[in-house]
Amino acid sequence: MSETDLTKLPINTLLDRSDQMSSTAVAMHRLSLWLASPRPYLMMIGFGLFLGFWYLSVEVWKLPRFAEMPGLTTVVSEWLSKNPIYGLSIFVDEYYLHIWVSIRRIAIAFFLATAIGVPLGLFLGWSKRFKQFVFPVFELLRPIPPLAWVPLAIVMFHGSETPVIFLTFLASFYATALNTMLGVQSIDISYVRAASCLGAKRWQIFRHIIVPGALPFIFTGLQISVGVAWFSLVAGEMVSGQYGLGYVINTSYTMVRYPTIIIGMVTLGIVGYVTSAMVRVLGDYMMQWRTRELALGGER
Amino acid sequence: MQQMTQLSSLAASKPLSVGSEIKVNNVSKSYGADNFAKEVVHNCSFTIDRGKLTVMIGPSGCGKSTLIRLVAGFERPTSGTITIDDKPVTGPGVDRLVVFQETALFPWMTTYDNIMYGPRARNEDTAEMRGFAETLLQKVGLSAFRKKYPSQLSGGMQRRAELARSMINKPNVMILDEPFRGLDAMTKKLMQEYYANLYNEFRRTTFFVTTDIDEAIYLADRILIMTNIPTRVRAVIDVNLPRPRQVENVVESDEANAIKMQALGLLHEEAMKSFARGSKAAADFIDAYSKRVGKQ
Repeated sequence: MSETDLTKLPINTLLDRSDQMSSTAVAMHRLSLWLASPRPYLMMIGFGLFLGFWYLSVEVWKLPRFAEMPGLTTVVSEWLSKNPIYGLSIFVDEYYLHIWVSIRRIAIAFFLATAIGVPLGLFLGWSKRFKQFVFPVFELLRPIPPLAWVPLAIVMFHGSETPVIFLTFLASFYATALNTMLGVQSIDISYVRAASCLGAKRWQIFRHIIVPGALPFIFTGLQISVGVAWFSLVAGEMVSGQYGLGYVINTSYTMVRYPTIIIGMVTLGIVGYVTSAMVRVLGDYMMQWRTRELALGGER
Repeated sequence: MQQMTQLSSLAASKPLSVGSEIKVNNVSKSYGADNFAKEVVHNCSFTIDRGKLTVMIGPSGCGKSTLIRLVAGFERPTSGTITIDDKPVTGPGVDRLVVFQETALFPWMTTYDNIMYGPRARNEDTAEMRGFAETLLQKVGLSAFRKKYPSQLSGGMQRRAELARSMINKPNVMILDEPFRGLDAMTKKLMQEYYANLYNEFRRTTFFVTTDIDEAIYLADRILIMTNIPTRVRAVIDVNLPRPRQVENVVESDEANAIKMQALGLLHEEAMKSFARGSKAAADFIDAYSKRVGKQ
Protein backbone atom coordinates (compact mmCIF):
# COMPACT_ATOMS: atom_id res chain seq x y z
CA MET A 1 0.00 0.00 0.00
CA SER A 2 1.41 3.39 -0.89
CA GLU A 3 1.41 6.19 1.64
CA THR A 4 -1.11 8.50 0.03
CA ASP A 5 -3.73 5.78 0.08
CA LEU A 6 -3.92 6.00 3.83
CA THR A 7 -5.87 9.24 3.77
CA LYS A 8 -8.45 7.60 1.52
CA LEU A 9 -9.26 4.87 3.99
CA PRO A 10 -12.77 4.85 5.52
CA ILE A 11 -11.68 7.64 7.85
CA ASN A 12 -12.99 10.03 5.21
CA THR A 13 -16.47 9.26 6.42
CA LEU A 14 -15.58 11.30 9.49
CA LEU A 15 -15.50 14.47 7.40
CA ASP A 16 -18.93 15.81 8.24
CA ARG A 17 -20.56 18.19 5.83
CA SER A 18 -21.56 20.73 8.47
CA ASP A 19 -18.37 22.69 7.72
CA GLN A 20 -19.64 23.66 4.30
CA MET A 21 -23.21 24.51 5.33
CA SER A 22 -24.32 27.93 6.52
CA SER A 23 -25.47 28.19 10.12
CA THR A 24 -29.12 28.83 9.16
CA ALA A 25 -29.06 25.80 6.89
CA VAL A 26 -27.63 23.74 9.75
CA ALA A 27 -30.34 25.03 12.10
CA MET A 28 -33.11 24.26 9.58
CA HIS A 29 -31.64 20.82 8.95
CA ARG A 30 -31.59 20.08 12.68
CA LEU A 31 -35.14 21.37 13.12
CA SER A 32 -36.44 19.11 10.35
CA LEU A 33 -34.57 16.15 11.85
CA TRP A 34 -36.11 16.95 15.24
CA LEU A 35 -39.62 17.18 13.79
CA ALA A 36 -39.11 13.89 11.96
CA SER A 37 -38.06 12.12 15.17
CA PRO A 38 -40.58 10.94 17.81
CA ARG A 39 -39.10 13.30 20.43
CA PRO A 40 -41.30 16.42 19.99
CA TYR A 41 -44.47 14.31 20.01
CA LEU A 42 -43.44 12.36 23.10
CA MET A 43 -42.68 15.69 24.76
CA MET A 44 -46.18 16.97 23.90
CA ILE A 45 -47.77 13.80 25.27
CA GLY A 46 -45.78 14.30 28.49
CA PHE A 47 -47.04 17.87 28.89
CA GLY A 48 -50.54 16.79 27.94
CA LEU A 49 -50.63 14.11 30.63
CA PHE A 50 -49.34 16.51 33.28
CA LEU A 51 -51.76 19.33 32.45
CA GLY A 52 -54.59 16.83 31.97
CA PHE A 53 -54.05 15.42 35.44
CA TRP A 54 -54.08 18.95 36.87
CA TYR A 55 -57.28 19.82 35.04
CA LEU A 56 -59.10 16.59 35.93
CA SER A 57 -58.06 16.41 39.56
CA VAL A 58 -58.97 20.03 40.38
CA GLU A 59 -61.85 20.91 38.11
CA VAL A 60 -63.53 17.61 37.15
CA TRP A 61 -62.94 15.13 39.97
CA LYS A 62 -62.55 17.92 42.57
CA LEU A 63 -60.24 15.83 44.74
CA PRO A 64 -60.35 17.05 48.40
CA ARG A 65 -56.52 17.36 48.52
CA PHE A 66 -56.65 19.97 45.74
CA ALA A 67 -59.71 21.84 47.05
CA GLU A 68 -57.83 25.13 47.50
CA MET A 69 -55.73 24.68 44.37
CA PRO A 70 -56.55 26.98 41.44
CA GLY A 71 -57.59 25.03 38.36
CA LEU A 72 -55.82 24.97 35.02
CA THR A 73 -58.48 27.04 33.27
CA THR A 74 -58.57 29.63 36.06
CA VAL A 75 -54.80 30.09 35.93
CA VAL A 76 -54.63 30.24 32.14
CA SER A 77 -57.49 32.70 31.79
CA GLU A 78 -56.02 34.88 34.56
CA TRP A 79 -52.57 34.72 32.96
CA LEU A 80 -53.88 35.69 29.52
CA SER A 81 -56.48 38.19 30.73
CA LYS A 82 -56.36 41.89 29.81
CA ASN A 83 -58.10 42.67 33.09
CA PRO A 84 -56.73 40.14 35.57
CA ILE A 85 -58.83 39.67 38.70
CA TYR A 86 -55.77 39.40 40.95
CA GLY A 87 -53.68 42.03 39.17
CA LEU A 88 -51.03 40.06 37.30
CA SER A 89 -51.10 38.83 33.70
CA ILE A 90 -49.06 39.05 30.53
CA PHE A 91 -50.81 42.36 29.72
CA VAL A 92 -49.72 44.06 32.95
CA ASP A 93 -46.43 46.00 32.99
CA GLU A 94 -45.78 45.03 36.59
CA TYR A 95 -45.50 41.38 35.54
CA TYR A 96 -42.47 42.21 33.39
CA LEU A 97 -41.04 44.42 36.09
CA HIS A 98 -41.02 41.41 38.46
CA ILE A 99 -39.36 39.24 35.82
CA TRP A 100 -36.82 41.92 35.02
CA VAL A 101 -35.90 42.51 38.67
CA SER A 102 -35.36 38.77 39.23
CA ILE A 103 -33.29 38.36 36.07
CA ARG A 104 -31.20 41.38 36.96
CA ARG A 105 -30.44 39.96 40.41
CA ILE A 106 -29.58 36.57 38.89
CA ALA A 107 -27.34 38.21 36.29
CA ILE A 108 -25.38 40.23 38.85
CA ALA A 109 -25.03 37.32 41.29
CA PHE A 110 -24.16 34.82 38.56
CA PHE A 111 -21.60 37.17 37.04
CA LEU A 112 -19.93 37.79 40.43
CA ALA A 113 -20.00 34.08 41.32
CA THR A 114 -18.39 33.17 37.99
CA ALA A 115 -15.83 35.98 38.09
CA ILE A 116 -14.70 34.97 41.59
CA GLY A 117 -15.53 31.24 41.60
CA VAL A 118 -13.76 30.19 38.38
CA PRO A 119 -10.37 31.76 39.20
CA LEU A 120 -10.59 30.53 42.79
CA GLY A 121 -11.41 26.99 41.62
CA LEU A 122 -8.59 27.07 39.05
CA PHE A 123 -6.05 28.05 41.68
CA LEU A 124 -7.44 25.55 44.19
CA GLY A 125 -6.90 22.78 41.65
CA TRP A 126 -3.59 24.10 40.38
CA SER A 127 -1.70 24.88 43.57
CA LYS A 128 -1.52 22.32 46.38
CA ARG A 129 -0.26 24.95 48.83
CA PHE A 130 -3.12 27.34 48.06
CA LYS A 131 -5.64 24.52 48.45
CA GLN A 132 -4.17 23.47 51.78
CA PHE A 133 -4.98 26.75 53.45
CA VAL A 134 -8.10 27.84 51.58
CA PHE A 135 -10.01 24.62 51.06
CA PRO A 136 -10.71 23.69 54.72
CA VAL A 137 -12.38 27.08 55.29
CA PHE A 138 -14.26 26.69 52.03
CA GLU A 139 -15.48 23.23 53.00
CA LEU A 140 -16.64 24.46 56.39
CA LEU A 141 -18.65 27.35 54.94
CA ARG A 142 -20.09 25.39 52.00
CA PRO A 143 -22.61 23.21 53.90
CA ILE A 144 -24.20 26.29 55.49
CA PRO A 145 -27.46 26.75 53.53
CA PRO A 146 -27.95 30.20 51.97
CA LEU A 147 -31.10 30.63 54.08
CA ALA A 148 -28.96 30.50 57.23
CA TRP A 149 -27.16 33.56 55.91
CA VAL A 150 -30.36 35.61 55.71
CA PRO A 151 -30.07 37.41 59.07
CA LEU A 152 -26.36 38.18 58.58
CA ALA A 153 -27.00 39.31 55.02
CA ILE A 154 -29.68 41.75 56.18
CA VAL A 155 -27.45 43.04 58.98
CA MET A 156 -24.38 43.35 56.76
CA PHE A 157 -25.93 44.94 53.69
CA HIS A 158 -28.24 47.90 53.65
CA GLY A 159 -31.36 48.17 51.60
CA SER A 160 -33.31 45.28 50.18
CA GLU A 161 -31.39 44.66 46.97
CA THR A 162 -27.87 43.71 48.11
CA PRO A 163 -28.87 41.05 50.68
CA VAL A 164 -30.84 39.17 48.02
CA ILE A 165 -27.99 39.38 45.54
CA PHE A 166 -25.55 38.22 48.22
CA LEU A 167 -27.66 35.15 49.02
CA THR A 168 -28.01 34.30 45.35
CA PHE A 169 -24.29 34.76 44.84
CA LEU A 170 -23.37 32.42 47.71
CA ALA A 171 -25.05 29.31 46.34
CA SER A 172 -23.76 29.92 42.80
CA PHE A 173 -20.26 30.62 43.99
CA TYR A 174 -19.81 27.29 45.80
CA ALA A 175 -21.07 25.26 42.84
CA THR A 176 -18.82 27.10 40.38
CA ALA A 177 -15.67 27.05 42.49
CA LEU A 178 -16.00 23.40 43.48
CA ASN A 179 -16.66 22.15 39.96
CA THR A 180 -13.82 24.23 38.55
CA MET A 181 -11.45 22.74 41.11
CA LEU A 182 -12.62 19.20 40.25
CA GLY A 183 -12.17 20.09 36.57
CA VAL A 184 -8.52 20.98 37.10
CA GLN A 185 -7.96 17.81 39.11
CA SER A 186 -9.55 15.71 36.38
CA ILE A 187 -6.99 16.77 33.78
CA ASP A 188 -4.78 13.87 32.69
CA ILE A 189 -1.20 14.44 33.88
CA SER A 190 -0.03 13.37 30.39
CA TYR A 191 -1.30 16.66 28.92
CA VAL A 192 0.74 18.65 31.42
CA ARG A 193 3.81 16.48 30.82
CA ALA A 194 3.37 16.70 27.05
CA ALA A 195 3.13 20.48 27.23
CA SER A 196 6.22 20.78 29.39
CA CYS A 197 8.08 18.44 27.02
CA LEU A 198 7.10 20.76 24.17
CA GLY A 199 8.67 23.69 26.01
CA ALA A 200 5.68 25.34 27.70
CA LYS A 201 6.40 27.37 30.83
CA ARG A 202 4.30 27.02 33.98
CA TRP A 203 2.11 30.00 33.11
CA GLN A 204 1.62 28.73 29.54
CA ILE A 205 0.59 25.32 30.88
CA PHE A 206 -1.98 27.07 33.06
CA ARG A 207 -3.42 29.02 30.12
CA HIS A 208 -3.23 26.37 27.40
CA ILE A 209 -3.83 23.15 29.33
CA ILE A 210 -5.43 23.81 32.71
CA VAL A 211 -8.07 26.34 31.62
CA PRO A 212 -9.33 24.54 28.48
CA GLY A 213 -8.96 21.15 30.17
CA ALA A 214 -11.16 22.24 33.06
CA LEU A 215 -13.74 23.91 30.81
CA PRO A 216 -16.17 20.95 30.58
CA PHE A 217 -16.35 20.79 34.39
CA ILE A 218 -16.54 24.58 34.65
CA PHE A 219 -19.62 24.60 32.45
CA THR A 220 -21.18 21.74 34.40
CA GLY A 221 -20.59 23.94 37.44
CA LEU A 222 -22.16 26.94 35.74
CA GLN A 223 -25.25 24.90 34.84
CA ILE A 224 -25.64 23.87 38.48
CA SER A 225 -24.76 27.39 39.56
CA VAL A 226 -27.51 29.06 37.52
CA GLY A 227 -29.99 26.50 38.85
CA VAL A 228 -29.16 27.03 42.52
CA ALA A 229 -29.03 30.78 41.89
CA TRP A 230 -32.78 30.74 41.14
CA PHE A 231 -33.28 28.51 44.14
CA SER A 232 -31.71 30.91 46.62
CA LEU A 233 -32.98 33.99 44.78
CA VAL A 234 -36.57 32.98 45.44
CA ALA A 235 -35.72 32.19 49.06
CA GLY A 236 -34.08 35.60 49.38
CA GLU A 237 -36.92 37.43 47.68
CA MET A 238 -39.45 35.79 49.97
CA VAL A 239 -37.62 37.04 53.04
CA SER A 240 -36.51 40.46 51.98
CA GLY A 241 -36.89 42.62 48.95
CA GLN A 242 -39.49 44.28 46.82
CA TYR A 243 -40.43 43.01 43.38
CA GLY A 244 -39.16 39.79 41.89
CA LEU A 245 -40.90 36.48 41.21
CA GLY A 246 -40.23 35.10 44.69
CA TYR A 247 -41.79 38.24 46.13
CA VAL A 248 -44.83 37.76 43.88
CA ILE A 249 -45.32 34.20 45.10
CA ASN A 250 -44.94 35.14 48.75
CA THR A 251 -47.19 38.22 48.71
CA SER A 252 -49.81 36.38 46.63
CA TYR A 253 -49.90 33.75 49.33
CA THR A 254 -50.41 36.25 52.16
CA MET A 255 -53.03 38.10 50.12
CA VAL A 256 -54.81 34.89 49.06
CA ARG A 257 -54.30 35.39 45.31
CA TYR A 258 -53.76 31.72 44.56
CA PRO A 259 -53.82 31.81 40.74
CA THR A 260 -51.05 34.43 40.85
CA ILE A 261 -48.89 32.00 42.85
CA ILE A 262 -49.10 29.52 39.99
CA ILE A 263 -48.38 32.26 37.43
CA GLY A 264 -45.25 33.16 39.41
CA MET A 265 -44.16 29.52 39.61
CA VAL A 266 -44.69 28.79 35.93
CA THR A 267 -42.87 31.99 34.99
CA LEU A 268 -39.94 30.92 37.21
CA GLY A 269 -39.85 27.58 35.44
CA ILE A 270 -39.74 29.18 32.01
CA VAL A 271 -37.22 31.90 32.84
CA GLY A 272 -35.04 29.41 34.73
CA TYR A 273 -35.05 27.05 31.77
CA VAL A 274 -34.08 29.85 29.38
CA THR A 275 -31.16 30.97 31.56
CA SER A 276 -29.71 27.46 31.82
CA ALA A 277 -30.22 26.92 28.09
CA MET A 278 -28.22 30.11 27.51
CA VAL A 279 -25.37 28.78 29.66
CA ARG A 280 -25.46 25.51 27.72
CA VAL A 281 -25.34 27.25 24.34
CA LEU A 282 -22.41 29.38 25.49
CA GLY A 283 -20.64 26.22 26.69
CA ASP A 284 -21.20 24.42 23.38
CA TYR A 285 -19.86 27.45 21.55
CA MET A 286 -16.74 27.66 23.70
CA MET A 287 -16.05 23.92 23.59
CA GLN A 288 -16.61 22.98 19.98
CA TRP A 289 -13.98 20.29 20.29
CA ARG A 290 -16.07 18.68 22.98
CA THR A 291 -19.36 19.01 21.13
CA ARG A 292 -17.78 17.07 18.29
CA GLU A 293 -16.31 14.51 20.65
CA LEU A 294 -19.76 13.92 22.15
CA ALA A 295 -21.46 14.03 18.75
CA LEU A 296 -19.20 11.21 17.58
CA GLY A 297 -20.10 9.23 20.66
CA GLY A 298 -23.77 9.21 19.67
CA GLU A 299 -26.88 11.08 20.61
CA ARG A 300 -26.59 13.52 23.46
CA MET B 1 6.33 3.02 -2.79
CA GLN B 2 7.81 5.74 -4.97
CA GLN B 3 7.51 8.24 -2.17
CA MET B 4 9.28 5.86 0.16
CA THR B 5 12.32 5.47 -2.07
CA GLN B 6 12.51 9.24 -2.36
CA LEU B 7 12.59 9.47 1.39
CA SER B 8 15.35 6.92 1.65
CA SER B 9 17.54 8.67 -0.91
CA LEU B 10 17.10 11.85 1.12
CA ALA B 11 18.12 9.99 4.22
CA ALA B 12 21.25 8.61 2.63
CA SER B 13 22.55 12.10 1.84
CA LYS B 14 22.14 13.30 5.45
CA PRO B 15 24.57 13.03 8.35
CA LEU B 16 23.59 9.99 10.33
CA SER B 17 24.30 10.90 13.91
CA VAL B 18 22.23 13.70 15.37
CA GLY B 19 21.14 14.12 18.95
CA SER B 20 22.54 13.27 22.29
CA GLU B 21 24.02 10.27 23.99
CA ILE B 22 22.20 8.87 27.03
CA LYS B 23 24.02 6.95 29.73
CA VAL B 24 22.18 5.11 32.47
CA ASN B 25 24.57 4.10 35.26
CA ASN B 26 23.61 1.65 38.02
CA VAL B 27 20.14 3.09 38.29
CA SER B 28 17.72 1.66 40.85
CA LYS B 29 14.21 2.84 41.55
CA SER B 30 11.91 1.81 44.38
CA TYR B 31 8.40 2.94 45.21
CA GLY B 32 7.01 3.10 48.73
CA ALA B 33 8.77 3.67 52.03
CA ASP B 34 11.40 1.53 53.82
CA ASN B 35 10.06 -1.94 54.57
CA PHE B 36 7.22 -1.63 52.11
CA ALA B 37 9.45 -0.46 49.28
CA LYS B 38 9.00 -2.28 46.00
CA GLU B 39 12.02 -2.23 43.77
CA VAL B 40 11.08 -1.79 40.13
CA VAL B 41 14.48 -1.10 38.57
CA HIS B 42 17.59 -2.79 39.95
CA ASN B 43 21.15 -1.70 39.17
CA CYS B 44 20.35 -1.02 35.57
CA SER B 45 23.04 0.27 33.20
CA PHE B 46 22.98 0.89 29.47
CA THR B 47 23.96 3.43 26.85
CA ILE B 48 21.83 4.83 24.09
CA ASP B 49 24.10 5.84 21.23
CA ARG B 50 23.99 9.15 19.46
CA GLY B 51 21.63 9.13 16.47
CA LYS B 52 20.76 5.46 16.93
CA LEU B 53 17.42 3.84 17.48
CA THR B 54 17.58 1.75 20.64
CA VAL B 55 14.61 -0.46 21.36
CA MET B 56 13.91 -1.73 24.85
CA ILE B 57 11.89 -4.92 25.05
CA GLY B 58 10.74 -6.85 28.06
CA PRO B 59 7.72 -8.53 29.54
CA SER B 60 4.82 -6.18 30.27
CA GLY B 61 4.85 -4.77 33.78
CA CYS B 62 8.60 -5.26 34.12
CA GLY B 63 9.42 -1.59 34.74
CA LYS B 64 10.05 -0.26 31.25
CA SER B 65 7.70 2.68 31.70
CA THR B 66 9.46 3.53 34.95
CA LEU B 67 12.77 3.72 33.10
CA ILE B 68 11.11 5.97 30.53
CA ARG B 69 9.87 8.33 33.25
CA LEU B 70 13.37 8.38 34.78
CA VAL B 71 15.09 9.20 31.48
CA ALA B 72 12.39 11.78 30.68
CA GLY B 73 13.07 13.37 34.07
CA PHE B 74 9.52 13.09 35.41
CA GLU B 75 10.89 11.05 38.33
CA ARG B 76 14.30 10.74 40.07
CA PRO B 77 16.12 7.41 40.48
CA THR B 78 16.52 6.07 44.03
CA SER B 79 20.20 5.53 43.31
CA GLY B 80 22.51 5.76 40.31
CA THR B 81 22.75 8.46 37.66
CA ILE B 82 21.34 9.22 34.24
CA THR B 83 23.32 11.57 32.02
CA ILE B 84 22.58 13.11 28.65
CA ASP B 85 25.77 14.23 26.90
CA ASP B 86 27.45 13.83 30.31
CA LYS B 87 25.03 16.26 31.99
CA PRO B 88 22.93 14.67 34.74
CA VAL B 89 19.16 14.61 34.27
CA THR B 90 17.46 16.68 36.98
CA GLY B 91 14.01 17.17 35.47
CA PRO B 92 12.06 17.24 32.23
CA GLY B 93 13.69 19.23 29.45
CA VAL B 94 12.94 20.39 25.95
CA ASP B 95 15.91 18.35 24.66
CA ARG B 96 13.90 15.16 25.34
CA LEU B 97 10.50 14.54 23.83
CA VAL B 98 8.24 11.84 25.09
CA VAL B 99 5.51 10.21 23.02
CA PHE B 100 3.20 8.56 25.49
CA GLN B 101 1.46 5.18 25.49
CA GLU B 102 -1.97 6.75 25.37
CA THR B 103 -2.52 9.71 23.12
CA ALA B 104 -1.64 13.02 24.75
CA LEU B 105 -2.84 15.24 21.90
CA PHE B 106 -4.66 18.20 23.41
CA PRO B 107 -8.35 17.47 22.68
CA TRP B 108 -9.20 21.20 22.56
CA MET B 109 -6.77 21.97 19.76
CA THR B 110 -7.02 21.06 16.07
CA THR B 111 -4.42 18.78 14.50
CA TYR B 112 -2.54 21.78 13.13
CA ASP B 113 -2.61 23.67 16.44
CA ASN B 114 -1.39 20.56 18.23
CA ILE B 115 1.55 20.21 15.87
CA MET B 116 2.39 23.91 16.14
CA TYR B 117 2.06 23.93 19.94
CA GLY B 118 5.76 23.40 20.64
CA PRO B 119 7.01 26.19 18.35
CA ARG B 120 4.29 28.56 19.58
CA ALA B 121 5.02 27.86 23.25
CA ARG B 122 8.63 28.79 22.57
CA ASN B 123 7.66 31.89 20.55
CA GLU B 124 8.94 30.36 17.31
CA ASP B 125 5.81 30.69 15.19
CA THR B 126 7.89 31.59 12.13
CA ALA B 127 7.24 31.06 8.42
CA GLU B 128 9.95 28.42 8.46
CA MET B 129 8.22 26.49 11.25
CA ARG B 130 4.84 26.76 9.53
CA GLY B 131 6.46 25.37 6.40
CA PHE B 132 7.93 22.51 8.40
CA ALA B 133 4.50 21.84 9.90
CA GLU B 134 3.08 21.57 6.36
CA THR B 135 5.84 19.12 5.37
CA LEU B 136 5.18 17.00 8.43
CA LEU B 137 1.41 17.07 7.92
CA GLN B 138 1.99 15.75 4.43
CA LYS B 139 4.50 13.14 5.53
CA VAL B 140 2.11 11.70 8.08
CA GLY B 141 -0.81 11.96 5.63
CA LEU B 142 -2.91 14.40 7.67
CA SER B 143 -2.99 17.48 5.41
CA ALA B 144 -6.74 17.09 4.89
CA PHE B 145 -7.30 16.76 8.63
CA ARG B 146 -5.49 19.86 9.83
CA LYS B 147 -8.67 21.49 11.14
CA LYS B 148 -10.05 18.37 12.80
CA TYR B 149 -9.97 17.83 16.54
CA PRO B 150 -8.22 14.70 17.88
CA SER B 151 -11.56 13.05 18.69
CA GLN B 152 -12.40 13.21 15.00
CA LEU B 153 -9.27 11.25 14.04
CA SER B 154 -8.83 7.48 14.09
CA GLY B 155 -6.39 5.87 16.53
CA GLY B 156 -3.65 5.56 13.90
CA MET B 157 -4.10 9.15 12.78
CA GLN B 158 -3.84 10.36 16.37
CA ARG B 159 -0.53 8.51 16.75
CA ARG B 160 0.77 10.07 13.52
CA ALA B 161 -0.32 13.54 14.60
CA GLU B 162 1.52 12.98 17.84
CA LEU B 163 4.68 11.88 16.01
CA ALA B 164 4.47 15.04 13.90
CA ARG B 165 3.97 17.17 17.02
CA SER B 166 7.18 15.72 18.45
CA MET B 167 9.25 15.81 15.26
CA ILE B 168 8.64 19.51 14.62
CA ASN B 169 10.71 20.37 17.70
CA LYS B 170 13.76 18.49 16.41
CA PRO B 171 14.51 17.12 19.86
CA ASN B 172 17.94 15.70 20.61
CA VAL B 173 16.28 12.64 22.07
CA MET B 174 12.95 11.07 21.20
CA ILE B 175 11.45 8.77 23.79
CA LEU B 176 8.56 6.57 22.68
CA ASP B 177 6.73 4.42 25.20
CA GLU B 178 4.89 1.65 23.31
CA PRO B 179 3.55 4.22 20.87
CA PHE B 180 1.65 1.75 18.69
CA ARG B 181 0.04 -0.27 21.43
CA GLY B 182 -3.67 -0.81 21.04
CA LEU B 183 -3.73 -0.27 17.28
CA ASP B 184 -5.09 -3.01 15.04
CA ALA B 185 -2.55 -5.15 13.18
CA MET B 186 -2.99 -3.38 9.83
CA THR B 187 -2.71 0.13 11.26
CA LYS B 188 0.21 -0.92 13.41
CA LYS B 189 2.17 -2.17 10.41
CA LEU B 190 1.49 1.05 8.53
CA MET B 191 2.51 3.09 11.55
CA GLN B 192 5.76 1.18 11.80
CA GLU B 193 6.49 1.99 8.16
CA TYR B 194 5.63 5.66 8.68
CA TYR B 195 7.76 5.79 11.75
CA ALA B 196 10.72 4.03 10.11
CA ASN B 197 10.59 6.55 7.26
CA LEU B 198 10.43 9.50 9.63
CA TYR B 199 13.37 8.08 11.53
CA ASN B 200 15.39 7.52 8.36
CA GLU B 201 14.87 11.13 7.44
CA PHE B 202 15.30 12.91 10.77
CA ARG B 203 17.72 10.61 12.56
CA ARG B 204 17.74 11.51 16.23
CA THR B 205 18.76 9.56 19.25
CA THR B 206 15.68 7.45 19.88
CA PHE B 207 14.67 5.37 22.87
CA PHE B 208 11.77 3.16 21.86
CA VAL B 209 9.95 0.82 24.20
CA THR B 210 7.85 -2.09 22.98
CA THR B 211 6.67 -5.59 23.86
CA ASP B 212 6.55 -6.65 20.21
CA ILE B 213 9.67 -8.50 19.06
CA ASP B 214 8.91 -8.07 15.33
CA GLU B 215 8.51 -4.33 15.80
CA ALA B 216 11.78 -4.24 17.72
CA ILE B 217 13.75 -6.04 14.98
CA TYR B 218 12.15 -3.98 12.20
CA LEU B 219 13.02 -0.65 13.84
CA ALA B 220 16.08 -1.14 16.00
CA ASP B 221 19.77 -0.49 15.61
CA ARG B 222 20.16 -2.10 19.00
CA ILE B 223 17.80 -4.11 21.19
CA LEU B 224 17.97 -4.08 24.99
CA ILE B 225 16.32 -7.16 26.45
CA MET B 226 15.13 -6.51 29.98
CA THR B 227 14.70 -8.92 32.87
CA ASN B 228 11.46 -9.25 34.75
CA ILE B 229 10.73 -6.93 37.67
CA PRO B 230 12.96 -5.53 39.26
CA THR B 231 14.30 -4.88 35.81
CA ARG B 232 17.83 -4.54 34.46
CA VAL B 233 19.40 -5.25 31.09
CA ARG B 234 19.56 -8.98 30.39
CA ALA B 235 21.19 -8.81 26.97
CA VAL B 236 22.11 -6.35 24.24
CA ILE B 237 21.63 -7.40 20.62
CA ASP B 238 22.87 -5.26 17.74
CA VAL B 239 20.68 -5.34 14.66
CA ASN B 240 22.80 -4.67 11.59
CA LEU B 241 20.11 -5.04 8.94
CA PRO B 242 20.55 -2.40 6.23
CA ARG B 243 18.20 0.61 6.14
CA PRO B 244 15.71 1.40 4.75
CA ARG B 245 14.11 -1.87 5.74
CA GLN B 246 10.97 -3.39 4.29
CA VAL B 247 8.71 -5.24 6.72
CA GLU B 248 8.53 -8.22 4.35
CA ASN B 249 12.29 -8.47 3.88
CA VAL B 250 12.92 -8.23 7.59
CA VAL B 251 10.52 -11.05 8.32
CA GLU B 252 12.17 -13.30 5.72
CA SER B 253 15.81 -12.53 6.44
CA ASP B 254 17.86 -15.23 8.20
CA GLU B 255 19.64 -12.70 10.35
CA ALA B 256 16.35 -11.27 11.61
CA ASN B 257 15.10 -14.76 12.39
CA ALA B 258 18.27 -15.61 14.29
CA ILE B 259 17.85 -12.43 16.36
CA LYS B 260 14.23 -13.23 16.97
CA MET B 261 14.95 -16.75 18.21
CA GLN B 262 17.72 -15.47 20.46
CA ALA B 263 15.50 -12.70 21.88
CA LEU B 264 12.52 -14.96 22.40
CA GLY B 265 14.73 -17.50 24.15
CA LEU B 266 15.97 -14.87 26.59
CA LEU B 267 12.50 -13.43 27.18
CA HIS B 268 11.16 -16.91 27.76
CA GLU B 269 13.82 -17.58 30.40
CA GLU B 270 12.92 -14.32 32.14
CA ALA B 271 9.30 -15.26 32.17
CA MET B 272 10.09 -18.72 33.56
CA LYS B 273 11.97 -17.16 36.46
CA SER B 274 9.11 -14.97 37.56
CA PHE B 275 6.71 -17.81 36.86
CA ALA B 276 8.56 -19.77 39.51
CA ARG B 277 7.82 -16.83 41.82
CA GLY B 278 4.15 -17.19 41.04
CA SER B 279 3.40 -14.08 39.02
CA LYS B 280 0.13 -14.11 37.09
CA ALA B 281 1.52 -11.71 34.48
CA ALA B 282 4.41 -14.07 33.88
CA ALA B 283 2.09 -17.01 33.32
CA ASP B 284 0.20 -15.08 30.65
CA PHE B 285 3.47 -14.00 29.16
CA ILE B 286 4.83 -17.55 28.90
CA ASP B 287 1.61 -18.66 27.36
CA ALA B 288 1.72 -15.94 24.70
CA TYR B 289 5.38 -16.33 23.87
CA SER B 290 5.43 -20.15 23.82
CA LYS B 291 2.74 -20.04 21.16
CA ARG B 292 4.77 -17.61 19.08
CA VAL B 293 7.98 -19.63 19.35
CA GLY B 294 6.05 -22.73 18.40
CA LYS B 295 4.87 -21.08 15.20
CA GLN B 296 8.37 -20.46 13.87
